[in-house]
Amino acid sequence: MTDARYSPLHDLHVELGASFTDFAGWQMPVRYDSDLAEHHAVRERVGMFDISHMAEISVTGSQAGEFLDYAVAGKMSALALGQAKYTLLLTDDGTVIDDLIIYRLGEEHWLVVANAGNRFAALSALESRTAGFDATVVDQSDETAMIAVQGPRALAVLESTVGLELAPAAAERAESTLSDLKYYATLPALFLGHPVLIARTGYTGEDGFELYIDATVAAQLWTAIAEAGDPHGIVPCGLACRDTLRLEAGMPLYGHELTLDIRPAQAGLGKVVALSKEGDFVGRRASERELAADDRVLVGLIGEGKRAARADYELFVGDESVGVVTSGALSPTLGYPIALAYVHPAHSAVGHVIDVDVRGTRIPFTVSPLPFYRRKKD
Amino acid sequence: MSNPTDLQYTEEHEWLRVEGDNAVVGITAYAAEKLGDIVYVDLPKVGASIKAGTVVGEIESTKSVGELYAPADGTVTEVNDAVVSSPELVNSDPFGAGWLIKIDVATLPQLLTADQYTALTGE
Repeated sequence: MTDARYSPLHDLHVELGASFTDFAGWQMPVRYDSDLAEHHAVRERVGMFDISHMAEISVTGSQAGEFLDYAVAGKMSALALGQAKYTLLLTDDGTVIDDLIIYRLGEEHWLVVANAGNRFAALSALESRTAGFDATVVDQSDETAMIAVQGPRALAVLESTVGLELAPAAAERAESTLSDLKYYATLPALFLGHPVLIARTGYTGEDGFELYIDATVAAQLWTAIAEAGDPHGIVPCGLACRDTLRLEAGMPLYGHELTLDIRPAQAGLGKVVALSKEGDFVGRRASERELAADDRVLVGLIGEGKRAARADYELFVGDESVGVVTSGALSPTLGYPIALAYVHPAHSAVGHVIDVDVRGTRIPFTVSPLPFYRRKKD
Repeated sequence: MSNPTDLQYTEEHEWLRVEGDNAVVGITAYAAEKLGDIVYVDLPKVGASIKAGTVVGEIESTKSVGELYAPADGTVTEVNDAVVSSPELVNSDPFGAGWLIKIDVATLPQLLTADQYTALTGE
């Protein structure tokens, strides 16, 4: 085990009284005060997260686009300047090394954002796939900080953050302001003269933004956002509520819903694998094979009462073991237990009742559509 | 939150207020803080006989599950219905309104003083 890693914002979190947890070797805030209050703040107002543990990898070169089309499951060469896409990094067997967001930042420049725990797996997979392409892969994780501002008032907060302004190049974009910016699109910005990438992305199911900035000025940006957010009731949010927020939104978490044993189609992500794109890509042949009749598939489960089904709890229909829970919690927004689980396809239809073994007690859950929570669009 | 000196403690982070043969039992502020926001408690039934050191209930937060250990041999005489319906009381008032059960104590094991418990948790 190597030494713990710390975010460039660590001292601020200590000052704010955060409790810390180990996440992929990083000491990150799990909560500042109440994870339920932080969860509700994001749903009702706005919250800010330090997610500097995420890995940022730049891909540049005259064939960077073709390289990414070969290296990952989606067609990255087709992204317009400033656009982002959710995609998967697959093995030859078509299973998942990591789920990624890839941004196109220039004619020959893409940014790959990987999970903290998969930083080196993603990096080495990408590097090993560059053979034959004019493409350069560079790990920028250490010098890059990432702050997420999420919730219905996120736009108002960023618009009033002192020192944060759009870069001149933003004016050339079709959507040239933050309020016009579409989901999964980005704008270049400046904070005290330092470049910031502002993306309308997130992991909460709310409107919101993720900001990439040089680690050396991240603390100043955090403080400026916190000050601008104060009249909007912004609160700092830890990883505990990030997990319940993404679970309500039905979003997968690597290591739980996605693993090296799971194929995208099992996770309901078959469409993320662009089988229609021209040319070969890693995992293509395996992905063309249909799922076997007994390959377990991801479902949502809803329970009654207050007892949560949690990761690794086994699922039963009668005496037959039919699957396993991958994530679960008592939903703070909905007030009842929700879970994601892999089940035998015979039991995956919405409405099917499945028992969860909650530490020795069988509790019935019902297969439900995903996501569990969908924000009201205005 | 400091640990009240009129209570006794277990290494499993329970506190007891012992009065004659009766004891009120809860979990400490330290334990509640470590669990996070408590959203569900499962308590033994009134009349249940319990044995020190065995698991008699569960305390669930959004992130994890904590077990409630019987701090003494005895019989459960009352459970705190307010905590069952409002589990957040364990976080907001762990040594008061967030109490969990009352027991008729048959045998009281060696317990920790507030100072000893404070030393145990290092806080």
